[in-house]
Amino acid sequence: MPHRSGASHSEGDAAKTQLIMLPGTNVKTLERVVIRFSGDSGDGMQLAGNIFSNVSAGEGSQISTFPDYPAEIRAPQGSLSGVSGFQVNVGKGVHTPGDEADVLVAMNPAALKTNLRYLKPGGIIICDVDTFRPADLKKAEYATDDPVAELGIDPARIMLVPMTTLLKHTLKDSGMDPKSVMKCKNMLALGLICWLFDSPVESVLRKLEKKFAKKPAVYEANAKVIRAGWDYGHNTHSSMPTYRIESEAVKPGTYTDVNGNTATAWGLIMASEKSGRPLFLGSYPITPATDILHELAKRKDLGVKACQMEDEIAGVCSAIGASYAGHLAVTSTSGPGLALKSEGIGLAVMAELPLVVIDVQRGGPSTGLPTKTEQTDLMQALYGRNGESPLCVLAAASPTDCFTMAFEAARIAIEHMTPVILLTDAFIANGSSAWRVPEEEDYPEIRPHFVDASRLEQGWKPFDRDENLVRYWAVPGTPGAMHRVGGLEKDIRTSAISTDGKNHEKMVNIRREKIARIANDIPELQVAGNPDADTILVGWGGTYGHLYTAAEELNAEGCDVAFAHFRYINPLPKNALEVLSRYRRVIVAELNTGQFADYLQMHLPGRRVDRINKVEGQPFMVREIVEGVKSFLGGNEGSINETGNTNSNEA
Amino acid sequence: METTEKQFVPADFKSEQSVRWCPGCGDHAILNVLHKAMADLGVAPEKTAVISGIGCSSRLPYYMNTYGMHTIHGRAAAIATGLKTARPDMTVWQISGDGDGLAIGGNHFIHAVRRNIDINILLFNNKIYGLTKGQYSPTSDRGAVTKSSPYGTTEDPFIPAELVFGARGNFFARSIDIALDTTKEVMLAAARHHGASVVEVLQNCVIFNNGSHSFLSDKERRDEHTIHLRQGEKMLFGKEMERGLVQDGFGLKAVKIGEDGWTIDDVLVHDATTPTNFLHQQLAMMDGHELPLAIGVIRDVASPTYEAEVEAQVEAVKGKKNFRNLRDMILSTSETWTVGGEAEKE
Repeated sequence: MPHRSGASHSEGDAAKTQLIMLPGTNVKTLERVVIRFSGDSGDGMQLAGNIFSNVSAGEGSQISTFPDYPAEIRAPQGSLSGVSGFQVNVGKGVHTPGDEADVLVAMNPAALKTNLRYLKPGGIIICDVDTFRPADLKKAEYATDDPVAELGIDPARIMLVPMTTLLKHTLKDSGMDPKSVMKCKNMLALGLICWLFDSPVESVLRKLEKKFAKKPAVYEANAKVIRAGWDYGHNTHSSMPTYRIESEAVKPGTYTDVNGNTATAWGLIMASEKSGRPLFLGSYPITPATDILHELAKRKDLGVKACQMEDEIAGVCSAIGASYAGHLAVTSTSGPGLALKSEGIGLAVMAELPLVVIDVQRGGPSTGLPTKTEQTDLMQALYGRNGESPLCVLAAASPTDCFTMAFEAARIAIEHMTPVILLTDAFIANGSSAWRVPEEEDYPEIRPHFVDASRLEQGWKPFDRDENLVRYWAVPGTPGAMHRVGGLEKDIRTSAISTDGKNHEKMVNIRREKIARIANDIPELQVAGNPDADTILVGWGGTYGHLYTAAEELNAEGCDVAFAHFRYINPLPKNALEVLSRYRRVIVAELNTGQFADYLQMHLPGRRVDRINKVEGQPFMVREIVEGVKSFLGGNEGSINETGNTNSNEA
Repeated sequence: METTEKQFVPADFKSEQSVRWCPGCGDHAILNVLHKAMADLGVAPEKTAVISGIGCSSRLPYYMNTYGMHTIHGRAAAIATGLKTARPDMTVWQISGDGDGLAIGGNHFIHAVRRNIDINILLFNNKIYGLTKGQYSPTSDRGAVTKSSPYGTTEDPFIPAELVFGARGNFFARSIDIALDTTKEVMLAAARHHGASVVEVLQNCVIFNNGSHSFLSDKERRDEHTIHLRQGEKMLFGKEMERGLVQDGFGLKAVKIGEDGWTIDDVLVHDATTPTNFLHQQLAMMDGHELPLAIGVIRDVASPTYEAEVEAQVEAVKGKKNFRNLRDMILSTSETWTVGGEAEKE
């Protein structure tokens, strides 16, 4: 096989040895491994990564994936700004896509340069050496013609593979045009990865065969290329052992790989099936929430009406119209869109209509960092409306939890006649993991709070309430239940418009208490980690995987911490404050400057809440949380520590 | 539209709420006519929904014994669109003023029209903001002196019909608050039209803009300044119907029959149903000065409606895929794998 640069077989072999011979062990099996695929947006890195993670999941591995893509749709080829990454973590006890990669696949010098910082010390790199041409190096802003030396990469850690040459050679008789040939380069990388992880090519080929069932020629070409990649690894590094990733027993069932946005859409469909209410979505395209609209638009095949409206406001307002009409009504958006929807959501609060608002959080304020993740919309969700305007706020913990929490948002909205804001974020919305397709009986029935005939006969008024202060839903078309709702205050008895001050105060209190009583209808807060520790690590929403793993690592190292994660934000679980009060130290880790910590502090007067914060548009790294917690346990009584990312406030 | 054999009377559509508009306000007349029009239409109160935004006219749903929502400023069209899309079986009316519908709600207005959702939009045009006590609106004439334009406005108004045609609307009609029969006639035509129908009712604000339409509505002057267009009839107006509209190059001209050689044969015949909107637009733009203001149904062209197309698409796709439920769909369309013995095979 031709090698163009200084990389030789033995150097590649050395890299493998290093990877496999982990400190203190010489087994060929790893608990989990993180691979980061990087290249131009059009290089098909996500597809290669997805196929590999799905094949691994099919063999019993847990998986977590995360795409990291630029805001530009197609930045100039080979440029630094055009690089997108796709990270997969497979193995046992996988809760995050991994802090750093064991293996980095870089399809060009720009990808190598921008993604090197995500590689573990001692990790290895697979790179297409054919792209080390002067023009490519210039585009990627290299000063010399030797990227490996310039970036200070240990030559023993990098496998320089002439991917383009191999690819052209493999497909020279295929009759494909050069552009189509180049599209198969991701499969060559996939073949190499399969070899490296001792993964049989056959299961990958089965997936591909299904994917290209209608295009056998495309399948044949891709299969040939994958085999060529595998053979290249095998032939040039045959003396080296390859290694396997561990798997573990998971709950029996049928599994698929799902990202958070798709899971959100599916959770809503499940809620529609369980409530008997048809699903309506009013939405407007916005990154990173648009895939919810895409998925539900496809689901006309399940009777879903997903309407792309003229703006964010029309998105929420059309949903309010559909809600009044008796549908499970939803609007999906991201932070800037939530701001535009505020007045509409206030109307749903005042008219007491069921409404699900999905906010896939991204970096803000304003347009901010549209493709990056953050948890900075919490205060907006809780308080971003005029007047006393309480509503239910939930947050999903992981890509697959988006399904459960979307279902929960719909359940609470319908059974408690209130708008519910579900916070997800770019990280879990785009990230994916293996998910057991739920059986019919896995989720409970949702019981709409309809007005019934006997109540109508007794002189029903639109704002009559049950013992939970929930009003009844009178669906248009029902004879004898004609009624008007609106944004004006109404009389507590007659439901007619009222501007009486005393009456208004009563209604304000009722609306607040109605939301507070939802606490009786949600699960209590669970404590994981070491419940008997003095310190509890607290998080909410999409940081679950990182916090869980950090707590696990801390306890394994002998730093005792309990861990609690919030998915129900308003109201808080009934036992939440009591649970937190048991701990001498409460540390809230979140991807903002302390919004949930402030919220908890408000509910825990006199208590001190310590904080670990990050606002870089990227998820936490487990390491950052571990170090942050340690800095508090090490006697640091607050203020800014040496890394600058933790601080605490005295109440 | 789901009509029934049952006979309704206006009282069936009246709520118990006492009407709180100013004495002499044009809205009273429009409300009474709406009750009558609904009774004539034959759609049951429980199959009717009335959606409004914010403003004087937007109080109207409270006076209806139907389903209804008094929503937020400018958003009635979007809310009505959601309601109608979810429930095509409901007959949906939208009540908006010129500020609510064309200023803050302008975007929703043009998109509801473009989308051709089957709602009946009643646009009460008094050329002023009444509820906030007298500021100029997007239909106020250039130079209008109001509280927010003490030296006169320096901007041109919208002509609602022009917006409707610009948004490719298929139904536009106009009336004046005091012309009760015409108002009822156009309301019924709007309700019977499939698709977004816009009815502009010139309405008098007795407090802040009194008499703004009086040259069109006074008994002595209205015959000379307005023309009632009727499908298939000659475009004639005047006290004795002695005047008519004729083609004049690319425009229209008002002539006296028998003068300057004009005969009745030269007078145009109204056709609201012709798809080309060129002449409709010219008729709708007549303002009562050079040419008489047109009232009646100006354009009424059949076109596919949004909610029916959505419904048809849902049915077509459902029929083709034939999934029983979510799980069935996931198992049929996603890449899956099975763990454990008892689970379903891929």
